[in-house]
Amino acid sequence: MTIQTTRPPETSAPIANSLTAGRLPKSAPWTILVAAIAVAAAVFGVVAIGSGSGYNWGGALFIGALLYIPAIWLFSMLVEGRRRAMDRLVTALVTGAFLLAMIPLVSLAITVVSLGAARFDADFFTMSMRNVTGEGGGALHAIIGTLLMTGAAAVISIPIGLMTSIYLVEYGRGRLARGVTFLVDVMTGIPSIVAGLFAYSLFAIFLGPGTRTGIAGAVALSLLMIPVVVRSSEEMLRLVPNELREAAFALGVPKWLTIVKVVLPTSIAGITTGIMLSIARVIGETAPLLIAAGFTASVNYNLFDGRMQSLPVFVYTQYANQGNPPEEYINRAWAAALTLILIVMALNLIARLVARFFAPKFGR
Amino acid sequence: MTSAPAPIKAKLRIGDLVFSRSAVFAGSMILVTLAAVALFLIVQSIPAVVATNEDASILKTNFWDYVGPLVFGTVWAATLALVVALPISIGIALFISHYAPRRLASVLGYIVDLLAAVPSVVFGLWGIGVFAPALVDAYAWLNENLGWIPLFSGTPSATGRTILTAALVLAVMVLPIMTAICREVFLQTPVLHEEAALALGATRWEMIRTAVLPFGRSGIISASVLGLGRALGETMAVAMVLSASPVITFQLLTSVNPNTIAANIALSFPEAYGLNVNVLIATGLILFVVTFAVNAFARWIVSRRKEFSGAN
Repeated sequence: MTIQTTRPPETSAPIANSLTAGRLPKSAPWTILVAAIAVAAAVFGVVAIGSGSGYNWGGALFIGALLYIPAIWLFSMLVEGRRRAMDRLVTALVTGAFLLAMIPLVSLAITVVSLGAARFDADFFTMSMRNVTGEGGGALHAIIGTLLMTGAAAVISIPIGLMTSIYLVEYGRGRLARGVTFLVDVMTGIPSIVAGLFAYSLFAIFLGPGTRTGIAGAVALSLLMIPVVVRSSEEMLRLVPNELREAAFALGVPKWLTIVKVVLPTSIAGITTGIMLSIARVIGETAPLLIAAGFTASVNYNLFDGRMQSLPVFVYTQYANQGNPPEEYINRAWAAALTLILIVMALNLIARLVARFFAPKFGR
Repeated sequence: MTSAPAPIKAKLRIGDLVFSRSAVFAGSMILVTLAAVALFLIVQSIPAVVATNEDASILKTNFWDYVGPLVFGTVWAATLALVVALPISIGIALFISHYAPRRLASVLGYIVDLLAAVPSVVFGLWGIGVFAPALVDAYAWLNENLGWIPLFSGTPSATGRTILTAALVLAVMVLPIMTAICREVFLQTPVLHEEAALALGATRWEMIRTAVLPFGRSGIISASVLGLGRALGETMAVAMVLSASPVITFQLLTSVNPNTIAANIALSFPEAYGLNVNVLIATGLILFVVTFAVNAFARWIVSRRKEFSGAN
C-alpha cells in the first residue's frame, strides 16, 4: 500500500517576499563596483588616447574604487532609504580604509624584492666595502656589525628587562613600582634619535668628544629595547595563575625558587616571543647607530674600538653618499634593505611559532 | 585564658634576599637611566643655548632662531600625519573588529602589524624611490585645481619630496600602532551593548555609532596621542624623503619645506664638530621634552579610563 500525500496546489505567481522587498540584491555591491571601475577605466582610456601617454592602470582602479563609494550610497538611498544608505556608505569607507593601507605594504614588498634582487648575490654577503668604489663590494661588515651590536644590546637589555618585569609582578608595591611602570611606558616613546644622542654624549663625556664605538650603539639600542622587553615579559608573568605560586608556597618553596622554577618556566614561551620581537624592533634602527656608532667601510670585530657599520646605516650611507656609477650604490642599498626585511620577518615568524608551539597547555 | 600564638617569622634566606634585591635594582635602573638621559642631554646642551653664530658655525644668529623652524616643522609634519592616519586607522580597526569575516580578522590584523615591522630606513628608501615620484602628478593637479587654498599654493615640487610626502610616509608608519590600540578597544565593547542596539533595529553603522565609538573614545584619544609621539620622533624616513630648508611655511607642495628636529640631527650630526654638536644635542633635548610630555599625556588618559579601555 502506498501512502498518498497531498500537495498544495501550485501557485501561479511567486509571492513577493516581504523580507527582501526594498533591499538591494546581494550581488548589487559587486555589480556596482565592477561598473564603477569600468567607467573609470573608460575615462582613463579616453584620456590616455587624448594625451598619447601610457595607460594608468593604478589610477583607473583607484578612481573606480573611489567612484564606487558615492554610487553605492546613491543606489541604496533610492531603493533602501537613508539609514541603510548610510550603513552601506560606512561599510564601503571602512573596507576602503583597509585596502588603502594595503597599497603601501604591497608596493613596498614588490619594490624591495624586485630592486633588491639585483645585488642579492654571494659577493654581497662575503665582501665588505673596503677599497670599493663603484661596482662590487658587499655588506659583510654591516652584517657583522649589526649582529655584534644587536647581540650586545640584547645582553644588556634582557637581564635588566626581565628582572624589572619580575620586580613589577612579584615584588613591586607602592610608589617605586608605580613610578617604574609609568617610566617604562614613557621610555617606550623615546625617539630613537634621542637614544643615540644619549649614548653619544655618555661616551663623549668619559672618552672625549667624537668617540664613536660599537658599544655606544649597543647602549643606544638597549635603551630602546629594555621597555619593550619589560612590557612583554610583565604581561606574560601576569598570565601565570596565582594558584601555581600558592601551591609552591604551600609546599614550603622559597619565593625566589618559586619564581625561578615555577613562574618563569610557565611563561618562558611568551617571554621568548617578546624578546625576539624586541630584537626585531631594534635591529632595524638607523638613527641611533648613525649617531653613536658612525659608519665605516671596513670589517670591525671590536665593539670597544673604532666605528662600526650596521645594515640599516649601510642602506642609508649607500643611498646618501652615492658615487659613480650611482646605480651600483642604489642597488646595494636595496639589497641591504631586502636582507634587513628578511631578517626582521624571520625573527617575527620564529617568535610567533615559539608562542604557538611552546605555550603552556592549560586544561586538557 | 589563652594568649595569641606568636606570629611565625618567615625564615630569612640568602637566595630570597639576593633575588629580591636584584629585582629592585633592575627596577631602579629604569629610573636611573631616564634620569641619566635627561642629565647628559642637559649637560651637553647648556653651552649651546647661549651660543651665537660666532661660536657655532651652524647657527645663523642665535640658538632660538635656529630651533624655531625645526620645532615648527616637527609639529607640522606630525600633525599632518596624524590628520591623515587617524580616520584611516579607525576605519581599519573597525574593519578588522566588526566588518571582516571572523576567521580572517586575526590574519588581517597580523598583515597590518607587518607594516610596523618594516625598518624606517626602508620606508625612507621606498618613499624617495617610489612614493615621491608617484605623487608628482597628483601634486601638480592639486596645485592647478585647488591652488586658491593657501595650503596648495606656490610652485609644486618637481621631485615630489615635499612635507606632504613626508607626512604621508609618517602616516603609514604610525598606522599600525594606532590601529592596534583602536582595535583592542573596539573588541572590548560589551557584546550586550552591541546586541541591544541591533535588537532595537539599528543598522551596523548605527550600532557602531551608539555602542562601539562612545565606548572606545578614550582609546581613540590615546591612540592618536601615541601616534603623534611616534610621528614627532621619527627620523630616517623624513630625513631621506624631505628636501628641507630652514623656513616656516604652511605650503604643502613646494620644494621649500621646513625640516624636523630628528631629521635635521640625522643629516647634520655626522659632519658636526665643536659646539655644533652641542647645538644639535640641545635640539634633541627639546624633542625629548616634547615627546615625553606627549607620551605622559597619553598614558595619563589611558590610566584615567583604565577600567573601561584596557588599551595600555
